[in-house]
This record gives sequence, structure tokens and C-alpha cells, in this order.
Amino acid sequence: MNKKLFEEKFFKYLTRLTTWLLFVVLGWIIATILYRGIPAMSWDMITKVPQGGFYFGKEGGVLNAIIGSFYLAGGATLCAIVVSLPVALFMNIHMIKHRKTLIRIRLLLDILWGVPAIVYGAFGFTLMLFIGLRASLLAGIITVAIMICPIMIRAMDEVLRTIPRGLMEASYSLGSTQTETAFKIYARKALPGLTTAILLALGKGVGDAAAVLFTAGFTDYIPENLLQPTATLPLSIFFQLSSPIEAVRERAYAAAIILTILILLFSLTGRGISTLYKKYTANGTD
Amino acid sequence: MISALKIKQAGRRFWVDRVSTIWMFAGLSFILVIPLAIFLGLLIKSLPLLYDQSIWTILSGTQWSPMKGNFGFLPFIVGSVLVTILAVCITAPTSLMTSIYITQFAPKRFLKMVHPVIDILAGIPSVIYGVWGILTIVPLVAGLASWFGIRSTGYSILAGGIVLAVMSTPYVLNMLIEVFRSMPVGLKEASLSLGSTYWECIKHVLLRKGLSGILAAFALGVSNALGNTIAVLMVVGNRVQFPSNVFEAGYPIPALIANNYGEMMSIPLYDSALMLAALLLFVMVTSFNFASRYVIQKSEVG
Repeated sequence: MNKKLFEEKFFKYLTRLTTWLLFVVLGWIIATILYRGIPAMSWDMITKVPQGGFYFGKEGGVLNAIIGSFYLAGGATLCAIVVSLPVALFMNIHMIKHRKTLIRIRLLLDILWGVPAIVYGAFGFTLMLFIGLRASLLAGIITVAIMICPIMIRAMDEVLRTIPRGLMEASYSLGSTQTETAFKIYARKALPGLTTAILLALGKGVGDAAAVLFTAGFTDYIPENLLQPTATLPLSIFFQLSSPIEAVRERAYAAAIILTILILLFSLTGRGISTLYKKYTANGTD
Repeated sequence: MISALKIKQAGRRFWVDRVSTIWMFAGLSFILVIPLAIFLGLLIKSLPLLYDQSIWTILSGTQWSPMKGNFGFLPFIVGSVLVTILAVCITAPTSLMTSIYITQFAPKRFLKMVHPVIDILAGIPSVIYGVWGILTIVPLVAGLASWFGIRSTGYSILAGGIVLAVMSTPYVLNMLIEVFRSMPVGLKEASLSLGSTYWECIKHVLLRKGLSGILAAFALGVSNALGNTIAVLMVVGNRVQFPSNVFEAGYPIPALIANNYGEMMSIPLYDSALMLAALLLFVMVTSFNFASRYVIQKSEVG
């Protein structure tokens, strides 16, 4: 066999190998988490808050962190929707003619997407001191909302971009205003895609630890109002893992399973919705 | 009567449109102001330290003892740079190969199979990668170190680099796939019709044409790796020192910020130092990000 063909074959197999490595790593991560976490998993983990001796390996669970994560990520996602949906619609309806400006805005949003969570955390912390807030659910929600806004806008923007211009022209020619076109036509047409974008941001909010480290505090209880500190699942895992006691670390693995399952659920739901969406749009979006 | 109602309705529609447009515009301005707000907010918070010591003494200082007022960032900068270089050295070749396979060799439906995997890898939280790193990568690195005859706990910059490499792969990969897909098909057809093999075409034509985009994707990986906090913090060892080999512990900037937030309010200038660290991180990551996105956008338009 000549050298040329050998090189071709060699690289074909090498590239195939690295691709399969991707599947292997994902499987490896999930298998590791499941293998170490399942023995420590119990009903108490998801139904009880930490009891007296929890951090010495005694009874209790991480319900405080599960509920806390939901409150925090849910609140942040709601706040982010209120800002992101109008902005994404604005970019695709009002600003459709300013192509150069749009390119710059998208660049800026992409850069904001790339800013590390810990920087958002530090910024949230300065903001919190500035308005005189203590570490609390509210401060955490504000910080996470600021962090996931660019993600949500960019994801929504990608969906709205695929809507044909003719739809807007038809809507205008029937006499509707820009707002009516935005919310009644565009938002409705893109609804499945928008849902996927929201789920993406929600997943980021649930999984993030660095941004809430400064701002949300940590507590063993379920917060009752916005001004109380709250626990989150990633931080709970992080704190339990740094314990010297084996039984506490075991529980961190169980908590890691809960978090992984939540994230997988969000991402699979998002994916399912977007495939459904593609099936029902004749022109195809991608 | 009817016409009056109509006018009233039209008036309502007009006002709804006005108000919502204002809200939309306000939202957009709010988002656009955020980078500036982050920069200024962190700068104001780090001013007390900057008044006290010059920026060069801080950046080049090797001593970190907040109690004595020594805030030398150099060990942390070195730690961040080392971990990032390691991560990119691992992730760059593998992502490049994978993206070549996915876009050039594999059948089209294969992309549909890979996409969910990339998405899930990108969606897994940092802390889960950290748990995985502690459970598998750290013992692996410790074993590798003893193979070389070096004593190491495994909590090292190598472990940090490996975990980071896995974490930034989905981002780099997505960008690379984008780069390869946006290349004109005619280029490939021309090369193949001149009698080159598939691999020659990739090597001499596609890689050369896409070079700027590929480098930009790597830069994106760099900025991603620089800012990652929790996962690295969990496996990197967190010791203030200059690592002499990859099996020693390091202390990257994000880990510094995350580890010390608890005590920063009780020691003078400590909080200021941490905010300066965050500012430094912000500037570094943003410039890398800007450069790579700019290049990618240019290569897509052109």
C-alpha cells in the first residue's frame, strides 16, 4: 500500500477514535457518579433537610438544597424571561434593518455568555453591597438572572432569526403594530424554540455554583422569604465533599446523582421539544 | 358610537405598542450596559488596594499573606496559565480530529447522534465534573506520578488540566464544527477532482482555509478554561506556590476568589484584592473571547 493511502487510512481511524472518546468520556462520567452515588442514595436524601448530626454523617438529607436550587433558578429564570424575550424580539423585529448594529450586539452578547460565573458572582456581590442587601435568595436570584440573560437572549435570537421575513410583512400589511407582530406572531411561532432556550438557561442556573457562592449564602433550612439565605445543590455537594468524614462525602455523591438527573432532564426535554418543533415546521429551521 | 369605540381601541393599541417598545429598548440597553457595569463595579471595589500598592507590585508580587498586607498575584497567574495551557494542549488536537471526523468522514446522520452528546457534556454542571475528577482523574494522576517516580497526592495542575480539557471540549468542538461547515463545498470538490486523497484535501486545503477560525475556536477554549472555577478548585490542590512539574499543586485565580470569600471581609484590603482578581480575570477572559469571536465572525462573513 502506498504512503498516501496509508496516511488517509491512519487519520480516518485516528479521528474516528477521538470521536468515540467523546462518547466514552460521557459514559465514564455518568457511570462514575452512579456507581459511587447509588449506595449512598436513600429516600431521606430527597425528603429531609439536614438534621442535627448531618455533617457528622447522621440523619437528614439535602431537601433544603433541592428546594433552594429550584427557588433560585426558577426565580432567576422568570426574571431573565421578562428581560430576554422582549430584547430578543426587539432585535429581530424593530432592529431587523440595522444589520451592522445587530452583528455588534450579538458579538457583545456572546462575550457576556463567556464571562466566568465567578466574575458574575463577584459583581453580584458588589451590587449587593451597593444596594445594601445581605447574602440572600433575592441577591442570588439577581446575580444568576444577570448571568443567564445573555444566554437566553442569544438562544432565543437564534430561534427567531429563522422565522421568514414574509411573516412580518404579512402581519404589517394586515395593519398590526410591531408589538402585536412580536408577541402574537413571532413569539407564538417560535414558542417551542423559546421553551428550549428557557430550559437551557434554567439548566445553567441550577448547575451553577460560582455565581451564588458570594450572594446566596448557605443554610440548612428551606428559605421562607426572599431575604433569607438559601442553599443550592451544587454548593451543597461542594461543601459535603470537603468534609473529612467518609459518610458525608458518600452523601455528596448521592446529591451529585440528583443534580445530574435534573440537568439531564432539562436538556432532554429541551432537545425533545426542539425535535418536535422541527417536525412541525415544513421549511425546517436548521 | 362604533367609531368612537374604534378610535379608543386604536388608541389603546398605539399605547400598548409604545409602552412595550420602550420596555424592549430599556431591556436591551440594560443588557448592553452590563459589561461596563461589571468593569466599573469591580474597579471601584479594587481601588482601595490600587491606592495602597501599585498595580505592578501586585501583579509581579510572589508573596500572598493578606494578614501582612502582601497581595502578590503572580503564583495565581502562573497557576491559571499553566492549567489553561495543559487543558488546551489536550483539548485542541482531540477536538480538531473529532470535528474533522464529524464533518468530513462520518455519514450525515452521525451528527444527529453526536449532537446530544455534545449538548449534555456542555450542560453538565462544573461541580459534577469536579466530583468525577476527584473520583477518577486524581487517583489516575497519582498513579501516573508514581510511575515517573514522583510523589504526588494527585491533586495537581495536571488533574486540573485534564478536567478542564474535558469541560471545554464541547465549546471548542461546536465552534470547530461551525468553522468546517461554513467552508465552501467547491473548494473541497476542486481539490478532490485534482486527484488528492480525502486526507490531503483536509490537510492542504481545509485546514489552511480554516486556520483563523480554528485558532479562534482554540482561543475560545482558552477563555473558557481560564474562568472555570468549581471543578478546577476541587482537583487542583490549592497551594500558593510555583509548581515545578505538572504533578504539583497549583492555585488558579478563580479558585483564589472562591476559596477566600468567607474571610475577606475581616481583613483590611482583602476584599479589595479579591475583587481586583475578579477584575483581572474578567479582562483576560473578555479579551480572549472578543478576539476569537471577532475572527470567527469575520471568517463567516468573508
